[in-house]
Amino acid sequence: MDHQAWKNFKGGSWQESIDVRNFIQTNYRPYSGDEAFLVPATERTLGLMKKLGRLLELERESGGVLDIDTQTVSSLTSYRPGYLDKEKEIIVGLQTDRPLKRGVNPFGGLNMTRKACEAYGYRLSEKVEQEFRYRTTHNEGVFRAYSDEIKAARHCGIITGLPDAYGRGRIIGDYRRVALYGIDRLIEEKKRDKRKVASQGMEADNVRLLEELYQQITFLGYLKEMAALYGFDISQPAQNAGEAVQWLYFAYLGAIKEQNGAAMSLGRVSTFLDIYFERDLQSGLLAEEQAQEIIDDFVMKLRMARHLRTPEYNELFAGDPMWITEAVGGMGEDGRTLVTKSSYRILHTLYNLGPSAEPNLTVLWSADLPKAFQRYAAKVSCDTDAIQYENDDVMRPVFGDDYAIACCVSAMRVGKDMQFFGARANLAKLLLMSLNGGRDEKSGIQVAPAHPPYEGEYLEYDRVRRLMDVYREWLAKTYVGAMNIIHYMHDKYAYEKTQMALHDTDVHRFMAFGIAGMSVLADSLSAIKYAKVKCIRDETGLITDFETVGEYPAFGNDDDRVDSIAQEQVRLFYEELEKVPAYRDAEHTLSILTITSNVVYGKKTGATPDGRKAGEPFAPGANPMHNREKNGALAALNSVAKLPYEICKDGISNTFSIVPQALGHTEEQRYGNLVAILDGYFRQKAHHINVNVLNRETLLKAYENPEYCPNLTIRVSGYAVNFHKLSRQQQREVLSRTFHEAM
Amino acid sequence: MKGVVHSFQSLGAVDGPGLRCVVFLQGCTLRCAYCHNPDTWSTAGREYSVEEVFEKAVRFRPYFGTTGGVTVSGGEPLLQWEFVAELFSRLKEAGVHTALDTAGIGDIGGARTVLRFTDLVLCDLKFSRKEDYLRYSGADGNRVFAFLKLTEEMGVPLWVRHVVVPNLTDGRGHILKIAALARQYSNLQKLELLPFRKICLTKYEQMGLPFPLRDYDECPEEKIRALYKLTEERSSSG
Repeated sequence: MDHQAWKNFKGGSWQESIDVRNFIQTNYRPYSGDEAFLVPATERTLGLMKKLGRLLELERESGGVLDIDTQTVSSLTSYRPGYLDKEKEIIVGLQTDRPLKRGVNPFGGLNMTRKACEAYGYRLSEKVEQEFRYRTTHNEGVFRAYSDEIKAARHCGIITGLPDAYGRGRIIGDYRRVALYGIDRLIEEKKRDKRKVASQGMEADNVRLLEELYQQITFLGYLKEMAALYGFDISQPAQNAGEAVQWLYFAYLGAIKEQNGAAMSLGRVSTFLDIYFERDLQSGLLAEEQAQEIIDDFVMKLRMARHLRTPEYNELFAGDPMWITEAVGGMGEDGRTLVTKSSYRILHTLYNLGPSAEPNLTVLWSADLPKAFQRYAAKVSCDTDAIQYENDDVMRPVFGDDYAIACCVSAMRVGKDMQFFGARANLAKLLLMSLNGGRDEKSGIQVAPAHPPYEGEYLEYDRVRRLMDVYREWLAKTYVGAMNIIHYMHDKYAYEKTQMALHDTDVHRFMAFGIAGMSVLADSLSAIKYAKVKCIRDETGLITDFETVGEYPAFGNDDDRVDSIAQEQVRLFYEELEKVPAYRDAEHTLSILTITSNVVYGKKTGATPDGRKAGEPFAPGANPMHNREKNGALAALNSVAKLPYEICKDGISNTFSIVPQALGHTEEQRYGNLVAILDGYFRQKAHHINVNVLNRETLLKAYENPEYCPNLTIRVSGYAVNFHKLSRQQQREVLSRTFHEAM
Repeated sequence: MKGVVHSFQSLGAVDGPGLRCVVFLQGCTLRCAYCHNPDTWSTAGREYSVEEVFEKAVRFRPYFGTTGGVTVSGGEPLLQWEFVAELFSRLKEAGVHTALDTAGIGDIGGARTVLRFTDLVLCDLKFSRKEDYLRYSGADGNRVFAFLKLTEEMGVPLWVRHVVVPNLTDGRGHILKIAALARQYSNLQKLELLPFRKICLTKYEQMGLPFPLRDYDECPEEKIRALYKLTEERSSSG
């Protein structure tokens, strides 16, 4: 097979079968120089951005949602084409017919859609209500199967944030395939796979897969139709850089029209696209200015992506995030860097278009990255607070060199792995439930099976641990059970047809579990072990509070006495999860990531032995508890770095805020020092870090004055957010976090 | 050998080159108006052995790279010179870069011992005249100048630091005098002008002490940049 579109590309196995990685490896050009080649935004880009800026302002003024189309169920071809400015746009395509207008997507759950409309002063149309009257949504399916025990566990908040009422997300289509191969070739391959599956016999698993393949093929067809509405024929491969970006964006657009999943990552596209840019630059079709312009326009489109959410959802995942995560940089298995000029170009959009939370730009860090790129990334962090870092040196050995990040921290081989996303279990609450014989410490209700509660006035470490063993087993079983139901139903009623069409048919599945309250649990157990913790019971004998006397080592001080407790608890929970078989033979993985749900988890959890009062927020992700770090930032990083990535392959999130003055006297010193921090942290096999270089005063000013700095972007837990889109409580929680200062 | 330690700052990015683990020692005899660590004045505190401090500090080695290391600050570290000398000797043995952050007040014989194991001296030069030293810090300026001379004799690289307090120590003439004085020492590598900040205010409040410079403004970065420019112009014009 040969194409005009592939002219001047080096051939390889990518021509014979769908193999984007091979295409990249045989054709990309590593770049180890600095950012001097980058160009500023063109007049056209600035004009368009101004227009978008006004719309964003309007959206803010309208309470966060500009407009909702309550009449039309979102899918690939259900809207007329929409434009920001038809004459000026280089890359086209909107989710609905108007910029920032949100569609309704009830496949995950009708109730959620209704509530979301109402929250913003709209009403879901009778037309849509009718359409779904005799349909089952994912949400309905799940609740048909949930047991009373799962419902109780969910209600009390020991398991929270389960994707049982909305699209599960966290699936990354290999959107690059559309640009490289064109839709027709992809359909042809899927048809061949389908014949092969059919020939293997009609076991239940195969029947399900056959139907899925049928749907995948149908939706690839819809994707072509969607592009045709905009006047493009994507049946064949992209011919040049502009088309490559457009084709790839259409594929992504199709996915977000079809699915309102919690996190809809973009993948790892910049180095792939760079091959097209290089070819066009070499042949004189493009100059740097146009190359940057295409990327700027593409990113502008990504910044306009929206889903309709309820206020409850926003409590868990604040700030209207989409997690359009793009993984940038990293190293190849052959030792060449995967940094290209387009890695710079995509980061440079933060200057050309201003800082922004989306796309969620994620630098894959390696000790071997070109020094100039390390410095540039650090500069971008200092200037924008908009990027995060993940350790390529720990992920590459597991996932190879063509993985991307779903959501915040979840690595997956692009087009080869998918995951069943599963929120998180509250381990701080597990401790309290274990002490109370399975009763919820807040309501007193028996949630888990009864077992004699802790007896005696003072907590003894070994006895507490033994009780936790009992309830950990119960929690793991309940949690895996809930997840199995959720993903069975999601496959059945809200299967990701477009995205899965952009995966290999024989896909590897992860089931991604999570934990919240890790540092609260570690500190509580440390308090029990090293200080004296007295139980305070209410009249029914329920332990509702503690009196902690004496000092204990707290997580975040590089103190092995408590850091080892954290390591052990994480390991024990993972081992327990692994014992319970997962739906579709998925591989169990675990993350320590809360997004912003650490506030809600805290609210649902009683007082803990570490001295945290009832209702107080947890620390986000794997962070130490606020202001318990007594030895400075690197000691805190060292504690987090000890958490085992081999156990937590779904990611370990850490958010780090430092005031600029503490990072160095001059800008250049700050860049150098930030590089040294990242390097030292990742050399110890740490996994992830969000970096904020800012003053608390800046945030305070923004807190007090909503007009101040409207684009103020900060990293929270695994993603970036516009500070003004956080709720007041979440803003306060961010303000209460440790900002590392110089003494 | 035990030392009285106030605290550890694992991320020291402004006390010497690169990233440094900064060990703050207890005890200082000076009472400088702009002191930002009044909680280190007292000589009481938790005792650590040299080995304990060493073990804690080297945990941050992955961050040191080729430029970072350990800085001992205070308080006035030279008050515990025996402890510092032993710690630095231990660190040097392990190949860790050592920096001493001092006001240059202390036993000169002790200082000589410490400097044998010191890769860099950060010396706070507060005033250009010994009369001012006595008046504003209660210190004998001659000892500071003798200490600086000693670093030159022993060939230990020197950074002279000076805190710029708006309307107090930010006069052009004053800054030029400090710069000229610093440049007398042939081992001078860098003159650092540090902006006066008031994040120490809460410490003073917690300790129930009045902060003498409460009514002074923090020093803006632009001022620091302008003063750097001034000292550089003068030095290049001879």
